[in-house]
Amino acid sequence: MNKIAARDMVVPNIHLLTVEAPDMPGKLRAGHFIMVKADEFGERIPLTVADWDEQSGTVTCALMQAGRSTRKLAEMNAGDCVSTFVGPLGKPLQIEKFGTVVCAGGCYGIGSIYPVARAMKAAGNRVITLIEARGRYLVYWEDKLRETSDVLMVSTSDGSTPFRGRNSDRLRVLIEDGEEIHRVIAMGCTFMMADISETTRPAEIPTRVSLNTVMVDGTGMCGACRVEVDGNTRFACVDGPDFDGHAVNWDLLRIRRRAYYHQETISEER
Amino acid sequence: MAKVSPKKTPMREQDPQVRIDNFEEVPFGYSEEEAMIEAARCLQCKKPLCMQGCPVEIDIPGFIMHIAEGRFQEAVVTLKKKNVLPAVCGRVCPQEEQCEKLCVLGKKFEPVAIGRLERFSADWEASRGEAPLPRKKKSTGKRVAVVGSGPAGITVAGDLIQRGHRVTMFEALHEAGGVLVYGIPEFRLPKKIVAREVNHVVRMGVKLVMDRVIGTIETVDELLEQYDAVFLGTGAGLPWFLNIPGENLNHIYSANEYLTRANLMKAYLFPEYDTPIFRGKRVATIGGGNVAMDSARTALRLGAAQSIIIYRRSRQEMPARLEEIHHAEQEGVDFRLLTNPVAFHGDETGFVKEVECLRMELGEPDASGRRRPVPVEGSNFRITVDSVVISIGNSPNPLIPNTTPGLETGKWGNIQIEETTGKTSKKGVFAGGDVATGAATVISAMGAGRRAARAMHEYLVTGRWEPQETS
Ligand SMILES: Cc1cc2nc3c(=O)[nH]c(=O)nc-3n(C[C@H](O)[C@H](O)[C@H](O)COP(=O)(O)OP(=O)(O)OC[C@H]3O[C@@H](n4cnc5c(N)ncnc54)[C@H](O)[C@@H]3O)c2cc1C
Ligand SMILES: Cc1cc2nc3c(=O)[nH]c(=O)nc-3n(C[C@H](O)[C@H](O)[C@H](O)COP(=O)(O)OP(=O)(O)OC[C@H]3O[C@@H](n4cnc5c(N)ncnc54)[C@H](O)[C@@H]3O)c2cc1C
Ligand code: SF4
Ligand code: FES
Repeated sequence: MNKIAARDMVVPNIHLLTVEAPDMPGKLRAGHFIMVKADEFGERIPLTVADWDEQSGTVTCALMQAGRSTRKLAEMNAGDCVSTFVGPLGKPLQIEKFGTVVCAGGCYGIGSIYPVARAMKAAGNRVITLIEARGRYLVYWEDKLRETSDVLMVSTSDGSTPFRGRNSDRLRVLIEDGEEIHRVIAMGCTFMMADISETTRPAEIPTRVSLNTVMVDGTGMCGACRVEVDGNTRFACVDGPDFDGHAVNWDLLRIRRRAYYHQETISEER
Repeated sequence: MAKVSPKKTPMREQDPQVRIDNFEEVPFGYSEEEAMIEAARCLQCKKPLCMQGCPVEIDIPGFIMHIAEGRFQEAVVTLKKKNVLPAVCGRVCPQEEQCEKLCVLGKKFEPVAIGRLERFSADWEASRGEAPLPRKKKSTGKRVAVVGSGPAGITVAGDLIQRGHRVTMFEALHEAGGVLVYGIPEFRLPKKIVAREVNHVVRMGVKLVMDRVIGTIETVDELLEQYDAVFLGTGAGLPWFLNIPGENLNHIYSANEYLTRANLMKAYLFPEYDTPIFRGKRVATIGGGNVAMDSARTALRLGAAQSIIIYRRSRQEMPARLEEIHHAEQEGVDFRLLTNPVAFHGDETGFVKEVECLRMELGEPDASGRRRPVPVEGSNFRITVDSVVISIGNSPNPLIPNTTPGLETGKWGNIQIEETTGKTSKKGVFAGGDVATGAATVISAMGAGRRAARAMHEYLVTGRWEPQETS
């Protein structure tokens, strides 16, 4: 049982969920995730940590409402309790001084890229943060990201910001302009991460992605989260979720994400 | 003495046609009268062979005599001296390989139904309300961390709290019980029985902390700063796959995933519970152990018209308990023996639709003494399926070994221990159960827990950590 300290919708469909977990913040690193289960009937679902505070002993995740389980959480309020909030899980990202690092986030990944940018900055990198959304009204945490980035670039597909397009388009421009990039990190929807990986492939820029497969336990016990990397099966929850974007079998990932499509529809219609 | 009946007193059970539509327990258990009749079959041997087959040395003729005399409470007391989880063991132990295998009656007739009598005693006690708590020794002021709440962890926690130590048990999942809650299905081991056993150690004073993955939130070294000794009973939870083409197609599950969804997450009650499971119509389970039987029988209960077991050896080599194989057969599970999968084929959207197999023949015995299956060249054929459950074994999760310097592991990632004490290569750290042996049995995990608890107590009291025997 963990108490919700705050739950706010920051932009349509995205909620910041802050949960009390007193001894977790001291253990968290960029790239970790937690598993949360709303109530007795709930599913265990993974969420990446977007921020944490040792003083108040709280952990914040950016939650994108997708189906039944994320909706349940989105409908909970400060003072309510989630029945399970377990972590840190997964391998944290490798943080060191690489030079220039591009951090790309979209949807919930705008939140989860924040600790990455923060840690990369603290390690002495030049940090270029790219975020994308359909429109300006879906962008959040601009201030926080600006603080931890040398450059923040916002792309929108409706053109409500100066740059119209996606993170991958923005990144392509950077590469074409001769920006020397030593590493790219992408977090958010599968489409964006795959797209970014394709963009950096020709120039062979090391690219890390944080895969969001279906998960059940999140501790390496079930294999629901299997992905193929470099032709080998890996468990995203313990071998990842951070992987080399150029080695991931993206087609398989897309297929496996659809495994429960039918049941998800039933659950949503309930 | 009256003539001994050649057969075990039958245990009433749900009709196979009815039970494949529900998740309720299959056997009903003995009534008091049936138990007394069965107990009377025991010859009360002077040198009871049965006890040699029992990994925890239960006084078998002793508890059976109490039942025969109708002194049920005493039967429970006798059992619990050696076995803290009789309600579980009575249901899941492979008795035909242990006590009942050696029972003298078995030479001519069916052996005494020791497992059923064990189960009866434990259930009888449960029907009287909460079990009385054993007396605790005076507090020693020592603190113990138990990691994992499976049968090994529960045994250690129960034994050490009775000896006056302060015990905290950590569990990664949101429910305690290990495989007993996430793996073994409700129809074989009702979850309320496991909850009762866990509750029993909590009532004795064990502090249970759920949702805590040791190795990440806290390392073993960090535990050692706060506790005087640590026991690792983290099981063998890492599922193996076959490593054959097509294995990552949709609707191909590990048994752990399939059973965890069904049991722990209660997907069989979807959509009342949120976790989904695919209710396949033609389900193939690969493997021949208890886990495979549980998966194949779960598939039937989830509505499969055909539940197939694919096993590469013959019926004789199947490691599952006899009763599970019988039950699976009664329920209509279709056994395809001497058959080995070589590939999975999917449809254009990535869902499995066929298992390609090879026929096998039995060759020379291998290292395990079982005859080695050898493929028949060119015998490939395909079985149409809409889902597959892979149940070919598990090994220990590497999380703790990877985060614990100085903890030695073997070839399969199993933690190396001194057999008689559970001591690991790291001072103050003990281990036992599946994490040390690889996937085994409930009773062997309990036995290991018991041995470790004894050694831990001694270590806690004397502070002596003898050099580990090198073997
Ligand atoms: C390591 C990891 C970290 C994650 N971090 C976050 C996070 O920080 N914030 C967050 O909001 N989500 C995150 N996710 C995704 C999140 O776990 C899923 O969105 C959630 O499980 C969906 O549950 P649901 O019942 O609400 O939706 P479902 O009913 O399961 O799905 C509803 C619809 O959403 C689609 N969907 C399912 N999974 C995803 C996904 N991963 N991304 C996008 N669409 C999906 C489904 O295909 C379906 O159409 C993460 C996933 C992983 C594996
Ligand atoms: C489906 C199935 C059917 C079976 N049927 C039978 C049967 O009929 N008869 C029989 O005798 N045996 C059977 N077995 C085997 C038996 O259940 C196991 O041998 C036994 O449970 C092992 O006990 P254990 O205490 O060593 O580990 P487990 O029961 O595996 O418990 C380990 C616990 O540790 C937890 N854990 C792991 N890592 C961590 C960590 N880092 N931090 C905190 N907690 C952690 C796990 O979540 C788990 O709860 C079956 C097994 C399965 C899977
Ligand atoms: S061997 Fe059989 S008959 Fe003899 S004491 Fe044991 S259970 Fe009774
Ligand atoms: S979620 Fe179960 S192994 Fe990764």
